[in-house]
Amino acid sequence: MATFHGYVHVPFCRVRCGYCDFNTYTSEELDGYPQTAFLKHLEVEVQLARQEESVRPLSTVFFGGGTPTLLPANELAQAFTLLKETFGLEEGAEVTTEANPDTLTFEYLETLKHSGFTRISVGMQSANRSVLKTLDRTHSPEAVSRSIAWAKDLGLHTSVDLIYGAPGETFDQWKESVDTAIGFETDHISAYALILEPATKLARAVNSGLVEEPDDDLAATKYEWIDSQLASNGFHWYELSNWAKSEIFESRHNIAYWQGQDWWGFGPGAHSHMSGSRWSNLKHPSSYARVLQTGEVPAENRETITATQLLEERAMLELRLRTGLDVAVVSELNPNHAKVISGLIADGLVDGKSAISGRLILTLKGRLLADFVLRKLLGL
Amino acid sequence: MSPRAKSRLEPAKTNPDFIRNFCIIAHIDHGKSTLADRMLQLTGIVDDRSMRAQYLDRMDIERERGITIKSQAVRMPWELDGQTYALNMIDTPGHVDFTYEVSRSLAACEGAVLLVDAAQGIEAQTLANLYLAMENDLQIIPVLNKIDLPAAQPEKYAEELANLIGGNPEDCLRVSGKTGIGVDVLLDKIIRTVPAPVGDPNAPARAMIFDSVYDSYRGVVTYVRMIDGQLTPREKIQMMSTKAVHEALEIGVSSPEPEATKGLGVGEVGYLITGVKDVRQSKVGDTVTTVAKPATEALKGYSEPLPMVFSGIYPIDGSDYPNLREALDKLKLSDAALVYEPETSVALGFGFRCGFLGLLHLEIVTERLEREFGLDLIATAPSVVYEVTMEDGKEITVTNPSEFPTGKVKKVLEPMVRATILSPKDYVGTIMELCQARRGSMIDMQYLGEDRVQLRYSLPLAEIVFDFFDQLKSRTQGYASLDYEEAGLTEGDLVKVDILLQGDQVDAFSAIVHKDKAYAYGVMMTGKLRELIPRQQFEVPIQAAVGSRIIARESIRAMRKDVLAKCYGGDISRKRKLLEKQKEGKKRMKMVGRVEVPQEAFIAALSTGDEKKADKKAK
Repeated sequence: MATFHGYVHVPFCRVRCGYCDFNTYTSEELDGYPQTAFLKHLEVEVQLARQEESVRPLSTVFFGGGTPTLLPANELAQAFTLLKETFGLEEGAEVTTEANPDTLTFEYLETLKHSGFTRISVGMQSANRSVLKTLDRTHSPEAVSRSIAWAKDLGLHTSVDLIYGAPGETFDQWKESVDTAIGFETDHISAYALILEPATKLARAVNSGLVEEPDDDLAATKYEWIDSQLASNGFHWYELSNWAKSEIFESRHNIAYWQGQDWWGFGPGAHSHMSGSRWSNLKHPSSYARVLQTGEVPAENRETITATQLLEERAMLELRLRTGLDVAVVSELNPNHAKVISGLIADGLVDGKSAISGRLILTLKGRLLADFVLRKLLGL
Repeated sequence: MSPRAKSRLEPAKTNPDFIRNFCIIAHIDHGKSTLADRMLQLTGIVDDRSMRAQYLDRMDIERERGITIKSQAVRMPWELDGQTYALNMIDTPGHVDFTYEVSRSLAACEGAVLLVDAAQGIEAQTLANLYLAMENDLQIIPVLNKIDLPAAQPEKYAEELANLIGGNPEDCLRVSGKTGIGVDVLLDKIIRTVPAPVGDPNAPARAMIFDSVYDSYRGVVTYVRMIDGQLTPREKIQMMSTKAVHEALEIGVSSPEPEATKGLGVGEVGYLITGVKDVRQSKVGDTVTTVAKPATEALKGYSEPLPMVFSGIYPIDGSDYPNLREALDKLKLSDAALVYEPETSVALGFGFRCGFLGLLHLEIVTERLEREFGLDLIATAPSVVYEVTMEDGKEITVTNPSEFPTGKVKKVLEPMVRATILSPKDYVGTIMELCQARRGSMIDMQYLGEDRVQLRYSLPLAEIVFDFFDQLKSRTQGYASLDYEEAGLTEGDLVKVDILLQGDQVDAFSAIVHKDKAYAYGVMMTGKLRELIPRQQFEVPIQAAVGSRIIARESIRAMRKDVLAKCYGGDISRKRKLLEKQKEGKKRMKMVGRVEVPQEAFIAALSTGDEKKADKKAK
């Protein structure tokens, strides 16, 4: 039986960062929806979810956004308590919130800790002021350091998120960010390549030539760099963009996504997956709230995953993990799998030994070409 | 001004003295179709309500591009000095590719309206058709069109026309097809100056086919000009070149919609429908006679059109091959000049080697295939026909560079053309440079007026099928015009350049070029492909080779990163949709060895003189 996970999407931000196309709203964009109503609507959705037979005690809870820490600490704590009391919580459950370093105080973190949060993931992005400015991030590098220190003092697990490949970011600036992040001595580090999403301010600036287009080769070099630096500082990769100091610090919530477990995404625009069916909530908080008030789950884009789609998704997701992808999945999808896999081994993209024992695990070169490897495996 | 005719003369019974057959010779854009529109309105055969722009251009492509591909004939009534006349306007294709068809249209007329844009003057193609008309002893009526334009210089160009055809500048009529000014005067002048047709009504019937059009409802519609005798419906008729016998199911005139008549008499122009489905049964230039009373001598001037330019046409989706075959078979019904045979390319799969009258013909055919039959196609770079003689005396005809023999070649003959270029004198230098660079040799140069020059060059056809016209236009800001005619074969120092991707030859990119240009072609094509082919996960060398000798080399660096970093808050669907999109994209990929080449890269690399588009795609 799949484990069950809760995700809460807090769709508020003080400013919209130029690279971001997530479902989030500044106060002007909320069209009169008050942030103070968030908890009330969350409660309605939680009650609707409770009526589903398939819900059960939660293995992990994750607050993401947006900026969850824009909510007052007691509201965030109440939101978690609501989930915990409604569905129950498994022993040793992982409870994380994403945090913007601007918003954190020691007292804020203390409140979270007392209500049962176990983990803080701080959106550091970069240690360099000019890169932060390119990304429209308003926090100072010092705020990150301070927040991590408080969290550690409180006994919370800690992680920082980095973004590499911002327009104009030099290799040296990236090295500086990596060194700084390692210096914080967190348990976990994520590093994501910047993606120019079509509808963002940054993409428009690149298209119009105002900002230099990020170079993929440089991004590859940056990835190789952080992977080697983290490896020599006691971290191991467990997913393409995620490294942890030991297995207990791996984000179980994220792994649940990659393993195709069940999760309910609460809040505007949140995505859910419950036993082979996927949906997402209406995106704007006002429309989300309107449907909730009629007593319906405000879902759209409902789809039931077919058997083939399920296999394709497994290939797509499990290939990203250090635990790798079962060769059997590929052999079901692609009659030509043996030839393809041997080609991938020859090209140094998947590890030969583990492939022989039935699991496809990406090499470092393969991780950087994971989408290519996937297309080959699927016979595309 | 003459009034509109009160009644019409009845076809089949019209006295030839009251018939006038004329055509309009004009350059593309000089307003022929608009002038024709005004004539239809003024003579009253199309009422204002039914009028639409370019009424006679039936194909979408004709109307969009503003060019006439297939000619048509329209019968219009007009009255002069109390007598009603029947005017037959025979529309001629304006482009050099269709010279043969033009010459047949001209042979059906006694007069020609030489229509020239009063803001631009005469162009090379018009000149070519004018020569043809004068050779056919047609009465020429010079007319300046678009006199309503602010930029019109009627005095200047009237002078130019008078120099060209003789007579006084004042004899040159000034009209505006757009506003209708002067069109009535023109109609009067046609009656006054164009000779009436002459023929023997009692002789065996002889009618010349000047056009033959396929209509999906009625089959082939054959346009004829009666020379001698008469044709009547239900009669058995015979094509004199093929001896094929058909029944004339319907005979009629276009006015401008088809109207069945009791027949056609001496000097008349009209159409025949025999129920035949293939235009090759009804060839332009052939003579129609009757079975009952056959003529012994065919009218002269008939010849088979010969393809000058060849290109491989391939469906982008390989499974469309049967549809392409069917489409070509259908197109062939209405286009007797199109020839094709199956061909296989390593890179492009199954397709057809097609022969065309010229570049415009190629463009029109591919566009019709795509538009009318919903096909996505790739056309390879156009090539010409080479006659290759080997050391051992064997002779090979090469229509596709990949057929070029590998052994010891003794000599290669290539087709030549005589090109006529008309341009303002300021551009003579740049035109001469271009022609020189294309292995041209000048025949002569002469001034047409004060500032306009005619240059005549002998050029290899192969040099003009590849972007010559685009180059000419861009170097002369669009002012120069070009016409060319076949001028036999000449020996050339030619070699085949192959393009190799990771060591595998890509036949679609092979080209036969002059020895001195092999390097330039190699550098150009390898450079272009380097921009167009996306990076693979390994390095891809691109080489150009003559035989086994590598003459140019580029390489595409290995791609290092192809991975999406994140899956947002469990949004798996988004990632799966990306994957599904890639599946779609995959369909448009062709494998050359291990290298994935997008269809767009083939198209962009093969498209001539379209650097900008190619650049954009490479981004």
